[in-house]
Amino acid sequence: MRPEPSTTPSASPFAGLPRRGALLLALCGGLLLAAPAVVDAYLLSVLTLVLWLAYTGQAWNVMMGFAGQLSLGHTLYVGLAAYASGVLFVYFGIGPWLGVWLAIVIAALAGGCIGALGFRFGIKGVYFALLTIAFAEFTRIAFDHFGWVGGSAGFFLPVAQRTSNDLLDLRGTPVMFYYVILALTAAALLLCRALLKSRLGYYWLAIREDQEAAQAVGIDVFRYKLIAVVISAALTAPAGVFYAFFYNNMYPEQIFAISRSIEIILGAIVGGIGTLFGPILGAFILTPLGELVTAGIEQAGIDVPGAKQLVYGGLMVLIVVFLPDGIWPWLARRLRLDGRDGEPRS
Amino acid sequence: MGVYLNIVASGLLTGLVYGLAALGLSVIFGVVRVVNFAHGEMMVIGMYGAVVLAGWPGIDPLLAVPLIAALLFVIGYALQRGVINAFVTRPEHMQFILLVGFALMIANGLLMIFGPDARSTNVAYGFESFEVGPLLLDKARVYAAGTAVLTTLALFGFFRYTRPGKAIRACADNQLGAKVVGLDVDGLYALTFGIGAACVGVAGCLMALVVDVRSQLAPEYTLLSFIIVIIGGLGSLAGALLGGVLIGVSEALAGFFLLPSMKSMFSYALLILVLVLRPQGLLGKRA
Repeated sequence: MRPEPSTTPSASPFAGLPRRGALLLALCGGLLLAAPAVVDAYLLSVLTLVLWLAYTGQAWNVMMGFAGQLSLGHTLYVGLAAYASGVLFVYFGIGPWLGVWLAIVIAALAGGCIGALGFRFGIKGVYFALLTIAFAEFTRIAFDHFGWVGGSAGFFLPVAQRTSNDLLDLRGTPVMFYYVILALTAAALLLCRALLKSRLGYYWLAIREDQEAAQAVGIDVFRYKLIAVVISAALTAPAGVFYAFFYNNMYPEQIFAISRSIEIILGAIVGGIGTLFGPILGAFILTPLGELVTAGIEQAGIDVPGAKQLVYGGLMVLIVVFLPDGIWPWLARRLRLDGRDGEPRS
Repeated sequence: MGVYLNIVASGLLTGLVYGLAALGLSVIFGVVRVVNFAHGEMMVIGMYGAVVLAGWPGIDPLLAVPLIAALLFVIGYALQRGVINAFVTRPEHMQFILLVGFALMIANGLLMIFGPDARSTNVAYGFESFEVGPLLLDKARVYAAGTAVLTTLALFGFFRYTRPGKAIRACADNQLGAKVVGLDVDGLYALTFGIGAACVGVAGCLMALVVDVRSQLAPEYTLLSFIIVIIGGLGSLAGALLGGVLIGVSEALAGFFLLPSMKSMFSYALLILVLVLRPQGLLGKRA
């Protein structure tokens, strides 16, 4: 069912990419860099959200796409990181560039705990996925009653002044935030590419394809699955810090909600699990689609509570029924980028 | 002392209804191997069904049970036949997205039809109670729990003694073997999904006797059913009931001693404990 990954290990992160692929990538990158000069405030906010989801989808993909471990509670790491950096900033005056490291440590520890508990006791597949939901929900309710950080009434950062940019404290205009998340997304792409090409990446793929066979050839399955969860959680943490400083508010109801976990993974699934460009492509398709649905429903004058979600649910069903492998593998074949772009796909 | 006994008793009665809902999930997963992430949404269909029937035609929810079971059976059967069957062999995350898509459509469809305000069935005996020794039991809760137990017994009987019941068990034990001896596996899957949906629909209809109905309840019930099934042990019918009762009682106690909004935190803690200490569940067999 799964085609042989035709990978050729190489030192340079994008070696092996066909020339037209490199050209296309450069073109997209250039467009994204130039975007703030052209688009209006609304489009910029949509693009920022798109890149945020591309980034978190990429982080989730490390766990599911590379190592084959399904997490349905990834927003746990977003929320923990957002609260950690927010608390450090508001209560202790420690800026986000230091705070992000604590956030990463906390998220990695949380991921490590869940992974260690789950894998040590042989919890697999759907049981492991339910365990991740259980931890996210447990934390949501705990934060609802955690008075020191505002409980269910929410936790707020002092609202940013929007005129000048203070990159050190991450206070500034939407354009600054756009470039921050763009840089994060690009960095995550490079990191994931490097991971996939490393020894670690090959171990993960072996575990994903056949855990018992991987064990038989001497791969320490427990250890490498745990590393996948920890890296995925740590990689998610900066997105949480970004969330805290961009929106300046967090409510446990929203930040730990299952619906956010679904949003995070949906882009990667639509784009193509286990591919490098899938999560990015998925986010660029889904978020504008969501905005279009919103606009369409308002235009049609049927803007009653539930209408948007109803359409969104219908789209989810259509997508998985008609695009079981995701869009990227199909698109890569059409553009003849496959085979030589060195991306093992699932 | 009497207060605590009353709390435990009322939690136990609610827990039996929870158990029936979880039973539906357990049956579906045990046979079709698909986790029904739209389970709570199906339960809320049952709840609104009870509200509608109790409204204009004035049918008591207890008498509406067969109607709602039939409705949910048809929904479950059609979903499995039409769409889910193709996903049985697909990876779990695809099944998850598919069923979450259905869940969103059901919950928000109901929200559009019935609006965001809570509805209730307003039965005549809603505020009456039985006095048994030191216990004061709500009539509605006793009837609901009794009906849940009867439905469960009927299900036990179906799986134990009838031909289709035995065929479904054969499917669950060994799918390939079932195919080899000529069973219509796809048909049995659809039947199973219908039965599971009917179970949770009946549970919803009964829950409508004791709680106010809102479409926002759905995700909560989905998660609750997962928790109960995992605690009780997948594939074990008695385990689902035991898990339901455990969760019902622990929720009631947590709601009384702490805050009502904290009650589900204890269910999650219990789930994490069981997953770690006894991953196969209290009454489950080791895989």
